[in-house]
Amino acid sequence: MIEIRRVNFSYWDKQILKDVSFVVDDGEMVVVMGPSGSGKSTILRLILGLECPHSGQVLIDGQNVCVMKEKEKQQIRKKIGMVFQDGALFDSMTVGENVGYYLLENSRLRWEEIADRAAEMLGFVGLDPNEVGDKLPEELSGGMRRRVAIGRALLSTNPRAMLYDEPTTGLDPNATQNVLGLITKLHQEKGIASIVVTHQIADALNIADRFVVIYDGEVAFDGDQDTLRACQDARVKDFLLPFRESFERVARKKFIGLEQG
Amino acid sequence: MAYQSQSLFFFSGRMILSLFTRPFYITETLEQMYLIGVGSLFLVVLTGMFSGQGFALAFSQELATFGAKDYLGRIMALAIVRELGPTLTGLMVAARVAAGITAEIGAMKSSNQLDALVGFGIDPIKKIARPRLISLIIMVPVLTIVCDFVAIAGGWVIAKFIANVSTTVYWSYVIDKLNFGNMFMGLLKPIVFSFVIAFISCFYGFTSGGGTKGVGRATTNSVMMTSITILIVNFFITKVVGSALRGYQL
Repeated sequence: MIEIRRVNFSYWDKQILKDVSFVVDDGEMVVVMGPSGSGKSTILRLILGLECPHSGQVLIDGQNVCVMKEKEKQQIRKKIGMVFQDGALFDSMTVGENVGYYLLENSRLRWEEIADRAAEMLGFVGLDPNEVGDKLPEELSGGMRRRVAIGRALLSTNPRAMLYDEPTTGLDPNATQNVLGLITKLHQEKGIASIVVTHQIADALNIADRFVVIYDGEVAFDGDQDTLRACQDARVKDFLLPFRESFERVARKKFIGLEQG
Repeated sequence: MAYQSQSLFFFSGRMILSLFTRPFYITETLEQMYLIGVGSLFLVVLTGMFSGQGFALAFSQELATFGAKDYLGRIMALAIVRELGPTLTGLMVAARVAAGITAEIGAMKSSNQLDALVGFGIDPIKKIARPRLISLIIMVPVLTIVCDFVAIAGGWVIAKFIANVSTTVYWSYVIDKLNFGNMFMGLLKPIVFSFVIAFISCFYGFTSGGGTKGVGRATTNSVMMTSITILIVNFFITKVVGSALRGYQL
């Protein structure tokens, strides 16, 4: 469904992505990992057509986003929901208005109907609409904001793919589990393809089977968890070194699960 | 600098084009009109009042030495309507509104809200910048008229109670000077200033970067650039339009 093909991208004279290629199929969950500043978030922006690569192609269902006009990009964006870092909720609107924003702007539905759908969506993402619906985003915790952002993306576009930019950064362990649970639920129940950008390995290992490691703008690894553990690439080893413990813990959990299963 | 000027030029072009394309965000425009107009009213009234009084005080003393203090109304109307009113209003609105616009848009940009809008198929220029431009085009002239009136009225207080100029004489000279040429100049300037304020403040907001510090820097630059541009544009309008209107009584 989504293919990044030999993409190069620079901000001014600094090259961010170098010859990056990978494919995400329908219903697949891929985690893009890498150190801060390695170009992970840029990949999501390229997929959504917010930036254009200097060379290479970003293909959605075989169509190159980079050469599309703005109106065509809008059609592509209807297939893809994006959850920005920190949620990017509109801070002058209530939570309910945030979730129903797309319908408010792009449909002829009455506000009462939109509010009902927004409330339903808030319930789906595990929030009490009566409690949070009339609050401003600044009154919510970080984890709640991310869940509202996920709800907003879902209600907006009814997406076939979701892009998550650092969905758990800065959250406490409970909130992290809630958000990861929601991402997994969406992936499993709705079959939505997901690209999760994170530098938090423990989270990545918990939700995905396929990993792409971006290091210094290049794809240093693309494969499953076992291959990742065994990977001998110096860049990947360097990135994963501080997280060996997380690896062992996840592997132990899986082993126990297998034994019990 | 050249690159930034070029970007500002293209950005301004996009803002002007957006004026003629749907959708029109009427609620946002009305909200901005209220924020810009009503929000700046007190500041403009205060500025107009004290500037008018100070101006009248200085000129009444100078005119008295020639025995021409009765002409205070003429000078007040001419100076306030053509020059001081539009410039002071422009500068006050620039200080208050341009800073607000740049800071708000900059904050939206740094928290990815502008990208989120694009993701929902909404053009941020139409949704965010255009309502501010339209509101400024409508409200800055209105505020200028208020400022002119308050400044001239402030001059009347000085004329009557300090310079001992008759009320009838003062106001008849004021009305005499409110001719087409002066009124045209006095209303053209705020309209041009509103474009200057909207273009520069929105541009700095949309192009800000570097987090909170970057937004702060963009806001400072926006106010500085807007104020300087208003003063420069004011001079050129006076020069060019003044020459063009020479056929009319100024």
